Parts: sequence; structure tokens; C-alpha cells
Amino acid sequence: MHKEAAIREPLILGHKSYHDITEDVCRPIEDKAPKMWYILFGIAAIIGLYGVGCILYLLGTGVGVWGLNKTIGWAWDITNFVWWVGIGHAGTLISAVLLLFRQKWRMAINRSAEAMTIFAVFMAGLFPLIHMGRLWLGYWVLPLPNQFGSLWVNFNSPLLWDVFAISTYLSVSLVFWYIGLIPDFATIRDRAKKPVAKKMYSILSFGWSGRAKQWNRFELISLVLAGLATPLVFSVHSIVSFDFATSVIPGWHTTIFPPYFVAGAVFSGFAMVQTLMLVMRKAMGLEAYIHTKHVEYMNIVIMVTGSIVGTAYITELFVSWYSGVEYEAYAFINRASGPYWWAYWSMMTCNVLSPQLMWIKKLRTSLIFTFIISIVVNIGMWFERYVIIVTSLHRDYLPSSWSMHFPSHIDIGVYVGTIGLFFVFFLLFARFFPVLPLNEVKTILKSSGESYKNAPDAHHGDDKH
Amino acid sequence: MEFKIANKAKMLTLILMGLGALCLIIGIISDLGSHHLTQRLLVNGLTNGFYFFALALGALFFLALQYATESGWYASVKRIIEAQAGFLPYGIGLLGLVLLIITLMDGAHIYIWMDPEVVKSDPIVAGKAFYLNKIFFWVRTIAYFGVYYWYFWGFKKRSLLEDKVGGTDLHFTNYKKAAVFLVFFAVFSSTSAWDWLMSVDVHWFSTLFGWYTFAGMWCSAMVVLVLTVLYLKKLGYLPKVNENHIHDIGKWVFATSFLWSYLFFSQYMLIWYANIPEEVTYYVTRTQDFRFVYFFMFIINFAFPMLILMSRDAKRHAGILSFVGLIILAGHWLDVWIMVSAGSMGTNAHIGFIEIGMAVLIAGFFIRILLTNLSKAPLTPVNHPFLDESIHHEI
Repeated sequence: MHKEAAIREPLILGHKSYHDITEDVCRPIEDKAPKMWYILFGIAAIIGLYGVGCILYLLGTGVGVWGLNKTIGWAWDITNFVWWVGIGHAGTLISAVLLLFRQKWRMAINRSAEAMTIFAVFMAGLFPLIHMGRLWLGYWVLPLPNQFGSLWVNFNSPLLWDVFAISTYLSVSLVFWYIGLIPDFATIRDRAKKPVAKKMYSILSFGWSGRAKQWNRFELISLVLAGLATPLVFSVHSIVSFDFATSVIPGWHTTIFPPYFVAGAVFSGFAMVQTLMLVMRKAMGLEAYIHTKHVEYMNIVIMVTGSIVGTAYITELFVSWYSGVEYEAYAFINRASGPYWWAYWSMMTCNVLSPQLMWIKKLRTSLIFTFIISIVVNIGMWFERYVIIVTSLHRDYLPSSWSMHFPSHIDIGVYVGTIGLFFVFFLLFARFFPVLPLNEVKTILKSSGESYKNAPDAHHGDDKH
Repeated sequence: MEFKIANKAKMLTLILMGLGALCLIIGIISDLGSHHLTQRLLVNGLTNGFYFFALALGALFFLALQYATESGWYASVKRIIEAQAGFLPYGIGLLGLVLLIITLMDGAHIYIWMDPEVVKSDPIVAGKAFYLNKIFFWVRTIAYFGVYYWYFWGFKKRSLLEDKVGGTDLHFTNYKKAAVFLVFFAVFSSTSAWDWLMSVDVHWFSTLFGWYTFAGMWCSAMVVLVLTVLYLKKLGYLPKVNENHIHDIGKWVFATSFLWSYLFFSQYMLIWYANIPEEVTYYVTRTQDFRFVYFFMFIINFAFPMLILMSRDAKRHAGILSFVGLIILAGHWLDVWIMVSAGSMGTNAHIGFIEIGMAVLIAGFFIRILLTNLSKAPLTPVNHPFLDESIHHEI
């Protein structure tokens, strides 16, 4: 067991035993769902269904029902796509990168963050597919040998790299998440009383028996997957940024894009984790496992990544002047003072100024304040993509092509619908899946649990399973 | 445990400096009469001044990062990081001297924006004059040096004080100071890279340049750290440092090599793909005039650490780490050298006695200062709050 210094704060509060951890995580799954769950699920499902309706209408009518025009060929669709992919970044970062950095606090949040990642990537993947207009030809984005004549993918296009990057990311995240779930499913299986539930969890747990050999392999594969997932954290959003940065559109073509998109993605992903965790810990009674210290750590990550994003904004702004290129300078002046000034300044306020408040310890340890900021950050990150995409496009090189983008109600419906669908998935997850990696949390109880940490007698009698 | 510089090491650094000086003199004599000689000397001065300054600054950054993230494992190698950061005043002296000579010579064909004739005839350079002018350049340079030195001095003072007084107050002071230092560093590492290196290619611009330069600096600093720890271990010092610590520093070498390669690729690929004349000229110069050295530099900085340091065992093996480390150090030196010389000397630049001589001379000096710094403070801190974690470190 790793030594832990006395001045580190405990990660598990109260007098928890191993058995308490199992109880705390499994009880919400075994008990009847509270009324609130049904209400939230109902709301999310209605919004999600409305979104599905909008998508079906779009598929039946054509992409013209969106507010796009000949100058602005990308707007809400790609904004939403990048926004969701960005949110989907935190999960892998928490589970892979923080694992490599031996951050024990990640264990409180990694399971839900990974689930969130997967659902967010689902939502992201929807948009390019819908954008094709003919969903049933979606497989044409893959380089499949075919006899359709000249139909073949363009390997020079970053959009194709996106297909590879995101599908790889989704597969690895899914496997990583599922592998982690197996031992926990087995715990639920062993406790289940109803035959149907027992059967279901027994299938889900792949016959896990908890033998030492299985744990050994489990840890090995976790490390291998973490190693595979770490480069993916960088590659996915770098390649998303290539969609813009490889072009010669002022405001899009800038070399800082890849790392800055990655930082922005982590920023928005952590904000979404905060939003979800703050509600979940309360609703499911997990306050002992996800407490102020965890919130504070996540707020620090939000502050750091927000500052990186802010530095990148200012770098872009400075270099657009320094370059002496008229078009570059105009693109940035237009962002700040043109017809979309409100989007630019919303982005600046939400993404650059608001995370700086986290320097104040009182604020970053306040749960209500954190909740508000976490939503503000995601609004800001949506505006960031909107600013990058729409303001760069709406002033074409020819002033006769200058245009504005106004979203149609289908644009709005599809976007809001994905938020509904996302919550449908997440609520189902919270209802049927162990939201904390209970077997992993047990490994840090003795080193980081409040009642064990720094206690003179390290052996309490009540630690039965 | 107190470190004493072995006589052998003293001799070795003297021999290095002597050989370097000899090489340099031979180079100068054989180059006498060439009208590029002064420029060539200054190009190398800037390269080495920045490179060795960056080795110290990278260590200072790493130390601040450990404080700010409240890392535990590094506590037993902390003094080595501090000794490496201790080259900072010498680095400031070297780099400052070179920058001063260049300024007094109106840019010496390296910073052509310092030349009033160029500013008059070149509208693009004139357009940048608000930022790129001698006075503002020195205001910024002095601010960088001042802030870096101020924080270095504070960290060093508190580190030695902690040995005497203990407690956790100093730890929390360091935590706060490190966070503020990182804010300064985040801004300065970019702007100083623009000022000192990017402005050599004054017409060219890249938003990623600062982060790219920083990644190279971080990687080289990690290599020096691991080499120093291995050297001390070999002499029997640092009994508390085991292969787990070395593995962790090895991981940093590996990770920062990847970071550097990632940023190299991002910058290169985006500029190559968009192929805009203003931007692509930078890489056309490098890939045509410096074809071999440029790609050789990329390959050794990327492929060597990737292929050789991937396995766990390699990161725990002193021989492999030293071998790869020395190659990476040379690779990042080449990177800085190409940045400066391709932009200023173009096809007139090549690697000869002057380049090797000056690098070896300053490397010898750097090692000597590093060893001297090591001998000035106990090698293991006694009251660091995470020392116990570090001693029991096992991965």
C-alpha cells in the first residue's frame, strides 16, 4: 500500500467499512427508484423525443430545414458536434491520464465521467450523420471496397480523420468503461435477490469470480487501456481542430488550434462532470465519497484549462495583429465588434473570466457557486465553437457573399433534443449501473479514508465484506 | 548527505571546457576573413545561451509544477531539481550578454528588426515596430529575467529554511507561490519565445511557437534531471532514491518527448497543409536548406524516446536512459540551433568547429555549475511534508 502524507486530506469521509461502500453503491440500484427519478426521466424523454421528431422531419425534408445558407454552410450542426465531443473528453482524461498520474481522487468520479463521455460521443456522432441528409448512406464515410464506381473516401480530408479518431475513441472508451464495470456488476449479481436481475447482472459480469488471477489480469488490462487511451485524449480533439485549422479561412487557420482545442475540451468536460456529480452525490447519498475536496480538485482543473484556453485566445488575438495579415486582423476585430459581438463577449466572459474566480478558495469550495460556474462554462464553450465557426464564415472573401446565420426551430429542436437524449442515457446509467467503482474505491479506503488515515491503530474490526 | 565534487569530475569539466575552447579557437581561426564570422558566433551564442538557460528554467518550472500539484514522489530528488535550476543566474548572464551584443550591433543580421534601415524599407517589419523595438524588447527581457530569478531565489531560500524549521507553513507558501509563478510562466514562456527566437524570422508567425519551444525546454530539462540522478546514484549518493523514482523521471522524459513531437507535428502539418506563402516559407527554408539536419533532428527527438523508452524496463535501466537521454539532449540543441541559424544565416549556416566548440565549452561550464550547486546543499531535504511518501515510493 502506498504511504500517504499526513497533510493530505481524506478522500472518503466518515467511518466507512468495506461493507458500507458496497451498501452505499448498490442500494440505489436495488431499491425502488425515487419519484424524482421518474420525473426527471419523463422530462428528459419528452425533450429527447422532440429532438428525434425534429431529426425525422429533417431526414424526410432535407438539410434545408436548418438555417444554413450558401455562405454559412456549417453552423449549429458542427457547433453542437464539437461541443459534445469536447464534453466527451473528461471521462478518458479522468480515467486514463489521472490514472497515470496516480490521482486517487479520480476514483470518486471516473465511472460516471466515463459514462458521460460515451453518451456525449453518441450525441456528437449524430450531427455529422444527420448533416449528410441521407442517414442510410452513413457507411459511405468508411473506406469500404465497393462497386459504386468512383466512390472512395478522401484520405486528405481531416473530416475522414475525424471518422477514424472518433470511432477509435468511442471503442476504446467503451471497452475501458466496461472492463471497469465487470467486477462491480459481479458484486451486484452476488447480492441480487430477484431472478431476472440476477440473470441480467450475471450476463453483464461475464462470469467474474474475483479470483486473484482475474484481478491480476484486470489490473494489467486497465493499465494497457490507460496507455492506449492517453494519446486518444490528445488525438480526438486535435483532429477535430484540424477540420478548421487545415483550411485557409481567417480565424480557422492557426497553429495553436490542436492543443488549445484539447484544453477547451477538458475544460468543458470537467464542467459537465461537475454539473452531473453535484446533483448525483446529493440524489444518491454519495456525499462521503464525492465531497468538497473532489469538487475543489475539479475546479482547479477547470481553472487551469480555462486559463490555457484564455491564453490561447489572447495569443490568437495578438498574432493576428503581429502577422500583419489584413484578413487575419479583420477576422478578430469582426469577432469582437461585428454583428456577432455578443457571442464573442459571452464566450470571453464565460470561458476566460468566470474560471478565474476559482482562485478564491471560498468560491472553489462552494458547491452552489461551482454548480453555477459549471453551467456557465458549458454555455461559454458552446459560444466558443459558434464564434469560431459562424463568425469566420459569415464574412466571406467577397463582400457580396456576406451573410448572417439565423437558426431555424429545427436547429434548436435537434440541439435541445440531444441534451434530452443525453440525460435519458445518463439517468438510465445512474439507475442500473454502479455509479462508483466500488471495488476500486475499496483499495484506497485504508490509505485515504478519514477514519483510517493517520489513525494509530490501523486495524479496525469491522472491515468485513 | 553532503555531496563533494570528485576530482575526476572536476578534471572532466575542465577538459570539456578546454576542448570546447580549443575547438572554438580553431573554428574562429579557420573562419577568419569570412564576413559571416561575427554573425556565426552570435548565432551560436544565442543558441547556447537560450538552450542552457532553458535547461535551468525548465527545472524551475518543473519544481513549481511539483509544488502546485502537491506531488509527493519527487521529494527525494528535489535538491537535484533545485541545483539544476541554480544555473539560472548564469544562464541569464550568458543569454543577456549575447542579447546585449546583438542589440548594440543593431541586430547583427539576426534580429533584423533592430536595424533602422530594414524598418524603413520593409513595411511588414515596420508594422510590428510597436512590439518589436529595442526598448520594449529589453523591458520584456528584463521582466522575464527578473521574475524568473525572483521566484528561483524564493524557492531556494524556503527550501533550505524548511530543513531547519520544518512545519507545513513553508509548504503552503510554496504551493501558493508556485501557482502564481506558473501564471507568469504561462505568459512569459510564449512571449519570450517570440521575442528571442521567433523574431529571428521576423516576417513569419505561428501561434503555437511558444508552446512548441516550451515543450522542447521541458523535455531537455527532464533529461538533464534523470542523467544527474543516475550519476549521483552511481557514486553512491541518494540512498533513498530507488528505481521507482528513476522510472518516474523516465516517464517524464518519455511524455515530454511525445508532447514535443505532438506540437512539432501540429505546427508543421497545419502550415504544410494550408500552404500559405507567408507561413510556409519557414518550413521551406528548413526542409530545403537544412533537409538532413532538420528531419534527423525530428526523428531522433521523436522515434528514439518512443521506440526505446516505451517499455517499463527501459525506463528503469541506467544505461538505456543515459544513451537515449544524451541523444535527446543533442536533438533539442539542434532544434534550437536550426531555429536561430536557418532564420538568420540561411544557407551559410553549417555545423563545424565553432558550433561544436561553443556547445561543448558551455556544456562543460553548465556541468561544473550544476555539480557546484549540488555540493552547496544537503542532497535530501529533511522536513519536506511528502518526504515519507517519496521514500516509500513504489510503482
